Amino acid sequence: MGQETMGLSLLTGEIVLALSAVLLLLVGAFGGGRGVSIVRYASIAALVIFAFAGFIINGQGEAFKGAFITDDFSHYVKALIGLTAAASLWFSRDWFKSEKLDQFEYSVLMLFAVLGMGVMVSAGNLLSMYVGMEMQALSLYVMAAFNRDSLRASEAGLKYFVLGALSSGLLLYGMSLIYGFTGSLSFSEISAVIGGEEHISAGIVAGLVFMLAGLAFKISAAPFHMWTPDVYEGAPTPVTGFFAGAPKLAALALITRLMTGPFAQAQHSWQQVIIVLAVMSMLIGAFGALTQTNIKRLLAYSSIANMGYALVALASVGAATGGAAGVSGMLIFMSIYLVAIVGTFAAILQMRTREGAVEGIADLGGLSKSNLPLSLILTTLMFSLAGIPFFMGFFGKWFAFAPAFNSGLTWLVVIALLSSVIGAFYYLRVIKVIWFDDQAQEFVKAPRALAVLSAFSATLIFPVLLLPFVTAPTRALIEAAANSLF
Amino acid sequence: MFKGVPILSIITFIPALAAVFLMMMSHLARPEGKIQIEKNAPRVALVTTLAVLGLTLLLVFGFDTTTSDYQFLEEFAWLGGGIKYRMGVDGISVLFILLTAFLTPLCIISSAKSVKSRMLEYMVAFLILETLMIGVFCALDMVLFYVFFEGVLLPMFIIIGVWGGKDKVYAAYKFFLYTLLGSVLMLAAMLWLYYYSGQVLGAGNATTNIAELSKLDISAVPQVFLWLAFFASFAVKMPMWPVHTWLPDAHVQAPTAGSVILAGILLKLGGYGFIRFSIPMFPDASLYFAPYVFWLSIIGIIYTSLVAYRQTDMKKLIAYSSVAHMGFVTMGIFALNMQGMQGAIFQMISHGIVSGALFFAVGVIYERMHTREIAFYGGIVKYMPMYAAVFMLFTMANVGLPGTSGFVGEILTMVGAYQVNPWIAFGAAFGMILSAVYALHLYREVIFGEVQNDKLEGMKDMTVREIVIMAPLVIMTIILGVYPSLITDITAVSVDALLAGVNAKLAGG
Repeated sequence: MGQETMGLSLLTGEIVLALSAVLLLLVGAFGGGRGVSIVRYASIAALVIFAFAGFIINGQGEAFKGAFITDDFSHYVKALIGLTAAASLWFSRDWFKSEKLDQFEYSVLMLFAVLGMGVMVSAGNLLSMYVGMEMQALSLYVMAAFNRDSLRASEAGLKYFVLGALSSGLLLYGMSLIYGFTGSLSFSEISAVIGGEEHISAGIVAGLVFMLAGLAFKISAAPFHMWTPDVYEGAPTPVTGFFAGAPKLAALALITRLMTGPFAQAQHSWQQVIIVLAVMSMLIGAFGALTQTNIKRLLAYSSIANMGYALVALASVGAATGGAAGVSGMLIFMSIYLVAIVGTFAAILQMRTREGAVEGIADLGGLSKSNLPLSLILTTLMFSLAGIPFFMGFFGKWFAFAPAFNSGLTWLVVIALLSSVIGAFYYLRVIKVIWFDDQAQEFVKAPRALAVLSAFSATLIFPVLLLPFVTAPTRALIEAAANSLF
Repeated sequence: MFKGVPILSIITFIPALAAVFLMMMSHLARPEGKIQIEKNAPRVALVTTLAVLGLTLLLVFGFDTTTSDYQFLEEFAWLGGGIKYRMGVDGISVLFILLTAFLTPLCIISSAKSVKSRMLEYMVAFLILETLMIGVFCALDMVLFYVFFEGVLLPMFIIIGVWGGKDKVYAAYKFFLYTLLGSVLMLAAMLWLYYYSGQVLGAGNATTNIAELSKLDISAVPQVFLWLAFFASFAVKMPMWPVHTWLPDAHVQAPTAGSVILAGILLKLGGYGFIRFSIPMFPDASLYFAPYVFWLSIIGIIYTSLVAYRQTDMKKLIAYSSVAHMGFVTMGIFALNMQGMQGAIFQMISHGIVSGALFFAVGVIYERMHTREIAFYGGIVKYMPMYAAVFMLFTMANVGLPGTSGFVGEILTMVGAYQVNPWIAFGAAFGMILSAVYALHLYREVIFGEVQNDKLEGMKDMTVREIVIMAPLVIMTIILGVYPSLITDITAVSVDALLAGVNAKLAGG
C-alpha cells in the first residue's frame, strides 16, 4: 500500500460525506417529489457512516503532509458530531413538513457543515483548519436563514453572517501573525518553534489571542456571545437544535487541539484567556437567562453558560499538570451535554398547538396535567442541564471541574459551582411552569420520531446509563481520545 | 443472614421500582383504567413501603452490634476512576434507615385521605423520595452519597410545589436554591478530597470511598476550608441558626406528609453528614470550630424557641421548635465525646418520631377546619378527648419530659456538652425551659380554654385511620423514653470506634 492511498483511507468519513453531498444534490435537483425524503434518509445514513468510519478504519496518522490528522481524539469527536447531526436531521423532518419548508437543500447543507467540522477536528495546519471552519460556517449561515420568508430567520442569518465574517477576520489576522512569527503553517512546526524560544514573542501571543477570539465566537463564549440569543431565537427551531450541539463541539475540539498541539508550550499565554472566557461565559450565561421568556433564548444563554463549564475543563489542560484529565473532562461533559441538547430540542419541537408551533416558556403551563410523559422528559432534561445530581449533567460537571482543581484553579471551580446554582434557578422555572402552573393550551399529538428521540435522550440522561456496562466502554474511549493528544 | 444478597440495594430501590411500575401502568392504561390505577396507587405505595419496613426490620435484627465495621457491604464498578457504587451500614446509619422505613408508610396512610388531586403522582414522588433517603444512609461512597443527598431535593421540590399551600412556589424555590447553594460548596470540597486522595495514595488510586478518606491525614489549613465547605451544606440542611430561614416557609407550605418527612428525615441528613464526614475526616478543624458551633447551637436553641413562642401558625411553631431541637444535636455532635454523640443520634431519632407525630397531629385538625391559626382553636378537648391525650403526649415529648424519648436525647447531649463547657450546657438547659413555654402555650391555646369559635362545634375525634397513624408513634415515643438502650446499644460500638479514630488522629497531629 503506497503512502498516498493510506493517506486517503484516513479520510474515509470525509470522502463519504463529500461524495454523498454532491450526489444527493443531484438526486434532490432531479429527483422530483420523493427526492426530499430520499435525500434526507441517505444523508442520515451518510452521517452515521461518517460517525463510525473513524473507529472502523481505525487509521491513526497524518495525510497531506500533516494537514490532516486522525487519532483517537478525532475519532471520538467525529462520532459524537456525526450522531448528533444525524439526530438533528431526523428531528427536523416533522417540523419542516408542518411549516411547509421541507426542502432537500437542508440535508445537503447539513452534510457540508459536518464535512467542515470533520476537517476542523482533524486539522493539522492553519490552512486546513481555516478551510474546515469556513466550510461549516457558510453552511450554518444559510441554515440559519433557511426559512427565507420569515423576517426573523433572515435577520438571524444576516446577523450570524456579519458577525461570523468579523470573527473569521480576527481569526485570519491571528493566523497571519502566527505564520509571520513562526514561519510555518503546520501545527507541529509551530509547536517546535514555540518550544525552542526562551521567551515567546509578542507577535505569537497577539496572534494566539486573535485566534482564540475568533474561535470563542464559534462556541459563543462571552464576550463574543452577542449573536447567540438572536440567532437561536430567529433560526428555525431544528436548526437551533443543531447549532447548540455539533458546531460547539467541533470548535471546542479545535481549540483543544490548538492548545495541546502548536501552543502547548505557550500555556501561560492562553490559559488566562481561557479562564477569562470561562468566567465571563458562565456568569453572563447564568444571569442573562434569568429573565428570558422564550425557551430558545433561554437555551441560548444556557449554551453560553455550558461552554463556560467546558472551558473550565480546558483551562486545566496544561503540559505541566498532565492535561489529559482536562481533555477527558471536557469530552465527558460535552458528550452528556449533546445528549441533553438533542433531547431538549426534540422536546421543544413537540410544543405545537393547533395554531402552530409555540416557543414561550409560559406555553408549557400545566403540561404535567395534559402530557405526563413529555413533562417527565423535559423535567429530566432540565434537571440534568442544571447539574442536579442523579442526572448525568451532574457527572458531566463533576468530571469537567475535577481536573481544574488538580491544576490549582480552585477559585475558578468555585465560581463555576456558584454560577451553576444561579443557572439552576432558570431551569427550575421551566419545571415550575410545567408542574405548578395552570394549563395554558394543549399540544397536538407529537410525531413519533420526536417522542422517541426525546424519550431516548431522557433515558440516557437518567442514571440508567450509569450502569457499568455503558459507562466503562465510553470512558475507555474518552480516555484513549484524551491521551492521544499528548 | 443475607449472605450474597445485595439487601441494601434491594431495600433502597424497591420503592423506586414501584414508582416506575405505577407510572408505566398509568401510561399504558386506557382512560377508565387510569382512574382505577389512580385510586389504587396509595395501596400499591403502602404495600411497597411496608415491604421495605419488613426488610429493614430483618436487616436490623441481622445487624451485628458487636462490631464497628460496615456490614452488608456491596461494591460494584460505577463511574470508574476510583468512584464505585459502595453500600453498607454501621451502627450509626442503620437506625436512620429504620426511621425512614418507619415514617414513610405512615405518611402514605395519612396522604391517601388528605391529598385531593393527582394521587398517582403524589405516591410516585413519595416512593422516589424514600429511595433517595434510604440511599443517603446506605451510601459509602462520597459521590454516591452526594447523588442521593442532592437527589432528595427533586421530589421534595415537586411535593411542596404541587401539593403545597398558598405560597407553595415561593417556598419550593427557597427550599431548593437555599439547600443547593449550601451543597455546592460541599461539592467543591469533595472534588478537592478526590484529588488529594490521588496525591496521597498514588495517581491511580484516587478514591471516593468514605472509609478510606476518613483514614487520610489532612494538614490543618486545608482541613479548615474543607470543614467550612461541608459545614455550609450540612448547616443549611440541619438547619442551624442563622441559615434556618428556609425551613419555616417550606414546612408551612408543604402538605402534612411532606412536613413529616422534612422534619423527620431530611433534617437528619445534616446531622448524619456531620457524623459521617466532618468529624472523622477533619477532626482538627472540628475541634477548632467546636466552640463556634456550640455558640451557634445555643443561640439557635434560645432564639428559635423565643420565635416559636410568638408564632400564630401551628406548623410554623413546630418548625421553629425543630430548629431548636436540632441545636441540641449539633451541640452533642461537637462535644466530641461518647455521651454527646450518642445523645445527638438519639435526639435525631427521637425528634424524627416526635416532630413527625406533631405534624400529623396538626394535620388532623387542619383537615377538619382548614386552618392552622392557633387563635382559631381553643377548647378542643371538649370534642376530641382522645386527640387531646395524644397531642399531650407528643407535647411532653417535645418538651423533653422524662419518660418520653425527647428527654433522653436532650439530657445526653447536655451531659456531653457539660464536660466540654458547663456554660453551654447551662444555655441548653435554659432552652429546654423555653421549649416548655412554647409547647405548653400551643397546647393550652388549642386544646384547653373556652370554646371561642362556633365553627368548632361538633368536631369529630380521631378516625380509625388517624389512630392507626398515631399508635405506632405513641408506642415508639414511650418505649424509647423508658428503654433508650434499644438505640444506644446499636450505636455504641460504632460511635466508640469513630471517637477512637478521631482521638488517635488528634493525638497524632
